[in-house]
Amino acid sequence: MAREIYQAITDGILVGGVYALMAVGLTLIFGVLDIINIAQGIMVILGAYLSYELAARLHIDLFLGLLVTVPAMFVIGVVIQYAFIRPLRGRERMSMTLLVSYAVALIIEGILYETFGADDRQLSAWYVTSSVHVFGFYLPYIYLFGFALALLLVAALYALLYRTGFGRSVRATMQDETAARLVGIDTNRVAAITFGVGVAVTAAGGMVYGATNSFNPNSGYDLISRLLAIIILGGLGSIGGALAASIFMLTLESLVDIWQPTWAIVVFYAALVIVLVIRPTGFFGRQPVRAQ
Amino acid sequence: MSKGQILRVTGLVALLAAAVLFPVVFSNPVYTNYGVYTLVFVAVASAWNVFSGFSGYISLGHAVFFGSGAYALGIAARDWHVTGVGVFGLLPLAAAVGAVIAVPFGLIALRVRRHTFIVITIAVFFIFQLMAYNFSFTGGSSGVDAPFLPWQASTYNNPFYYITLACAVGMIALAWLIRRSRFGLQLRAIRDDEDRARGLGVHAMRVKLAAFALSGAVTALVGAVWFFYLTQVQPPSAFDPLFDLSVVLMAFLGGLGTVSGPVLGALIIEPGQLWLTANANGYISEILLGALFLVAVLLVPRGIIPTAGEYLRRLTTRGRAAIPTASATVPQAPDPAPAQEAQR
Repeated sequence: MAREIYQAITDGILVGGVYALMAVGLTLIFGVLDIINIAQGIMVILGAYLSYELAARLHIDLFLGLLVTVPAMFVIGVVIQYAFIRPLRGRERMSMTLLVSYAVALIIEGILYETFGADDRQLSAWYVTSSVHVFGFYLPYIYLFGFALALLLVAALYALLYRTGFGRSVRATMQDETAARLVGIDTNRVAAITFGVGVAVTAAGGMVYGATNSFNPNSGYDLISRLLAIIILGGLGSIGGALAASIFMLTLESLVDIWQPTWAIVVFYAALVIVLVIRPTGFFGRQPVRAQ
Repeated sequence: MSKGQILRVTGLVALLAAAVLFPVVFSNPVYTNYGVYTLVFVAVASAWNVFSGFSGYISLGHAVFFGSGAYALGIAARDWHVTGVGVFGLLPLAAAVGAVIAVPFGLIALRVRRHTFIVITIAVFFIFQLMAYNFSFTGGSSGVDAPFLPWQASTYNNPFYYITLACAVGMIALAWLIRRSRFGLQLRAIRDDEDRARGLGVHAMRVKLAAFALSGAVTALVGAVWFFYLTQVQPPSAFDPLFDLSVVLMAFLGGLGTVSGPVLGALIIEPGQLWLTANANGYISEILLGALFLVAVLLVPRGIIPTAGEYLRRLTTRGRAAIPTASATVPQAPDPAPAQEAQR
C-alpha cells in the first residue's frame, strides 16, 4: 500500500509539472488580457497533433520537433489575438472573449476531426515505451523528460517575466493597464505577444500530453476543465499559484485513483468547489475574486 | 392604447397564430421536428437569459438543469412504473428538481463573480456529467429510456410541438413580466454594479439565487419534455458542452438581456444547426457554428435586437436623439421641409 502511495505521489508530481506548463500559459493570458482562453485545451491537442505529424511523416524526434511546433503555435496565438480578441471592447468584453475563444476551440476541434478523424492516437518514441528503474519504481523516461522540459520552460517563462524589459512591461500591464499605457508601454503589443507565448507553451505541453495519454480531437474538453480548475485554485493570474495547484491537484487525483478510479476526476472539481467556499481567492490570489 | 401598442399587440397575436398553425400547414414530421427543437431552444435560451442576461452572471452550466430534468423524469417514470401519457403529469417534478439543484449550486457559485463564476459553472457541469456516467441509478453510459407513447408516427411530433410552444410562450411572458418588475430591476442593478446595488438595499444573494432557481426550474422542465421527445437520455447528450454554448450564442446573437433577443437568436440558430447537421458532415457544421459565432461577435457585438433597434431609431429620427436630453437645451430650428417630404 505504502508503495502504491509513493508511486502515486511521484506520478502526480511528474504529471503535475506538465499540467503546470499548460496552466501557466492560461494564467498568464488571464493576467495580461483579463480573458479566459477556453481554446487552451484544444490548443494542447493541436500541439500534440502537430508533433504527431512531424514524427509520423518526417520522422523528427518529438523533442526536436518542438523547435518547429512551438514557434508555429506562437504565430497561431498572435493571429487569434489580433483577429478575434483585440476588436472586443465594452461592457460585455469579458463574456464575449470567453465565447470567442470557445468558438475558436470549436473551429479547431472541427478541423482536427476533419483532418485526423476521431481515432485515438498516441505519440511514440523510444522514451515513451521504455522506463527507468529508480528506488524500486519503474518510471517511463517520458515522464522524467517531460518534467524536465516543463521545469525548463517554466524557468524560461519566469526569466522572461522577471529578468527582461519585456517582462517588466508584461507585469506592469498585469497590474494596471491604463497606467502601463501612460508610462509608454505598447499594451497591444504586450497583449499579442503574451497570448502568443501562452499558446506556444501548449505545444510543449501537448507533446508530453500526447506521449503520456491517447488523445483525439475531443480530449480538449477534459483538459480545459482541469486547467481552469487549476488556475482558479491557484488564484487567477498567479504563476506560482498555477504551479503549486497543478502539482497539488494531480497528486490528489492520482492518490484517489488508487481506491476509486472512476471518481478520481471528480476530486478535481470537488477540491475546487471546497477551496472556493473557504477561500474565494484560491490559494495564492492576491486580490479577492469578488472585488475584481 | 397608442398606435404603436396596437401595432405591437397585433404583431404578437399574428406571430402566435402563425406558431400555433405551423404544424397544421407544415404537417410533415420533418418540419414539425424542426419546430419542436427550435421551441425547446427558444424556451431554454429565454430561461437562461432571465438569469444570465439580466444579472450579468454568465452561466456555462445550464446543461446541468437540462440534463437533470431529463434524468429525474426518466428515473421517476422507471422506478414508479409510470407509463403512457401519464408521464406528462410528472413534469412539475422536473421543474422542482431543477430548482432544488439550483439552490446549493447557486449558493456556492454565486459567491464569486465574473470569470470565476463561469469556471465554477463549467466545473459543476462536468461533475454532473461524471455522476451520470458513474452512478448506478442513472444507467451509466447506456442512460435511461422514456416510457413508450402510443402515438401515430405521422402526428407524433404535434403534441410535443404544442407542449414546447406552451413552455416557450410561458417563459417569454415570464421574462417580459420579470423585466418590467422590481425583481427585474434589482437583477439589472446587480449587473450594472453589484456593490452599489447592495448599498442601495438590494439583497443581492437572494435576488440572484431566485433568478437562478427560476431559470434552472424552467430549463429542467424543458429538458424533461425534450427527453420524452427523444425517448432516451445518455450522459453525453444530456450534459452536452455544445448545448451550453448554443444557448449562450443564441442569447448573444439576438441581444443579451433583452426579452426578444434570445428568442430571435434561437429561431435563427437552431433551425440552421439542424439543417447543417442533416445536410453536412457533423464536423463541418461544428466549424460553421464556430465561424458564425465569430462573425456575429465581430459584426454585431451587442446583438441583433439592440443594434437593429438603434438603427431603426436613427432612421425614424434622422440622427436626432429620440428623447431630447436635459443637456440638449440648445434650441434647434429644424428645417421643416425634409420632414414634410418624408411624410409624403
